[in-house]
Amino acid sequence: MKSLNAMGLAYGHAVAAKRRTVRFGLLVLGVCVVFSGHITEFSFSKFVENIGAFSSYIDRISHLENGHWVVSDPVEWFWGWKKWLALMAETLLMAYVGTLLGALGALLLCFFASKNMTASTWTVFATKRLLEFSRTVPEIVFALIFVVAFSLGPLPGILALAIHTTGALGKLFAEVVENIDMKPVEGVIATGGSWVHKVRFAVLPQVASNFASYALLRFEINVRGAAVLGFVGAGGIGQTLLEVIRKFYYADVSALLVLIIATVMLIDTVTEKIRHRLLGEQISS
Amino acid sequence: MSKREELRQRFSTEFQPFYQGRLRAFAVALAAVALFAYGLVSLDITFSRIANGLGELLRMVTLMFPPDPGTWTRTGIYLYAMLETVCIALLGTLIAATLAFPLGFLAARNTTVNRAVQFFARRSFDTLRGVDILIWALIWINVVGLGPFAGVLALSMSDLGVFGKLFSEAIEAADEKPVEGILSTGGTSVASVRFGILPQLMPVLLSQVLYAFESNTRSASIIGIVGAGGIGSILSEQIRTVEFQQMSFVILLIWATVSLIDIACARLRFSIIGARAL
Repeated sequence: MKSLNAMGLAYGHAVAAKRRTVRFGLLVLGVCVVFSGHITEFSFSKFVENIGAFSSYIDRISHLENGHWVVSDPVEWFWGWKKWLALMAETLLMAYVGTLLGALGALLLCFFASKNMTASTWTVFATKRLLEFSRTVPEIVFALIFVVAFSLGPLPGILALAIHTTGALGKLFAEVVENIDMKPVEGVIATGGSWVHKVRFAVLPQVASNFASYALLRFEINVRGAAVLGFVGAGGIGQTLLEVIRKFYYADVSALLVLIIATVMLIDTVTEKIRHRLLGEQISS
Repeated sequence: MSKREELRQRFSTEFQPFYQGRLRAFAVALAAVALFAYGLVSLDITFSRIANGLGELLRMVTLMFPPDPGTWTRTGIYLYAMLETVCIALLGTLIAATLAFPLGFLAARNTTVNRAVQFFARRSFDTLRGVDILIWALIWINVVGLGPFAGVLALSMSDLGVFGKLFSEAIEAADEKPVEGILSTGGTSVASVRFGILPQLMPVLLSQVLYAFESNTRSASIIGIVGAGGIGSILSEQIRTVEFQQMSFVILLIWATVSLIDIACARLRFSIIGARAL
């Protein structure tokens, strides 16, 4: 009986301790929230007052100039489809070229960022920090800088995407490389293979499908990113979107948004299919 | 039969010429390179442009060193803007998480009311995610005006899509056995969610929220470029006024803050869920 009581008491203490931690956490969080609300000029009344403006904005972008619902007249709605599709294609191409360049950069750097392929801890450390820097700074910040250096157009956008992609993929690639089976590497070393041989015949066969899968995922993210790079003048459909939003061409806003969302979803589905096949191959082989 | 012949017979695929059975891979690689070349041509990327730009970039980078905020007043302004950025990220993340919590149950196969609701919820999340945060910022600026409030709303919108998807997937991945146990002892369906699913779910959700907070700090630092508060507005202004030393200071400030939050979140995540999910 006594032990049961003791157990009950201990359980009660454990629960109480947990409750105290949770309460303390909630208190800290609450203070942070109130403070943040103050800093960010968060105002519920302003939100309620203006929520009508949001619904009326949605209402306005879903109606044409002549007051009809956009869906009733798709030809009028997508009046600029030739121009817009060309811009969308440019955006996709930017994302593609940027992803490919970035993936190549990541492929080069990832071996220097993984402990099992590079002996020098300094090289590993430096490469890791370099990759971290290029993925922590948002791509649009790079784009802002590159637009000044390379002048307006898709080129600064592509370079910004490429650098960010190198940072993001380099980290993932390095993690994959650090988790490989080292036996093939030892085999290549034992037969007198060079560093290049090691990478080509021992590492790449193990990691290629994972690399491709990650690169495809990045492509998908970069399509989204490329669509807004135009906001800072770095090419793609973003510039036109910014223009129509700022100039209140309501029907065009919705048309461009629909175009972007549909394209992103399409790319999502296609890359997901390919990725499943890539990873499936890896499992079966 | 010599040893080599024997090996050749046993591993015939390894000994065939390297191009056999790889035609498809070659075709894919060729297409990828061709598309890349087409991209370079059609996007007007020439060697001379890159070379000129790199020269210009090098000049800019040398101008950026050493990073220097200028006066103490300016340092104060930058630090306040960074604080505002973090606050935007915190509030945006929390609002999104709070909204996504009930909606996630609607979008999960095992807890939804019916298939139509689930489908609709999933598609709504997809749409919210499909619109980039900068676009959301522009839309909310039209509604509540310029400033950090628009940034908070924009962040919570695009995050709602992310959290909704992640939460509903986590709910679907929850173990059904505790739910069955509670239902079999006469518990209501609400009780089954509260005592069967929530205890499994909370650590996962918290870790996802913490993870998102870090990436949201990064997003919050750019929405100022379109005027939705935070340090981004300072950054885009410095570019226009060519104050490179101060700009590099601000970039370093963003980098340091994001890294700091990353470390702090990793610690918290570790203490909440332990080592297993890390």
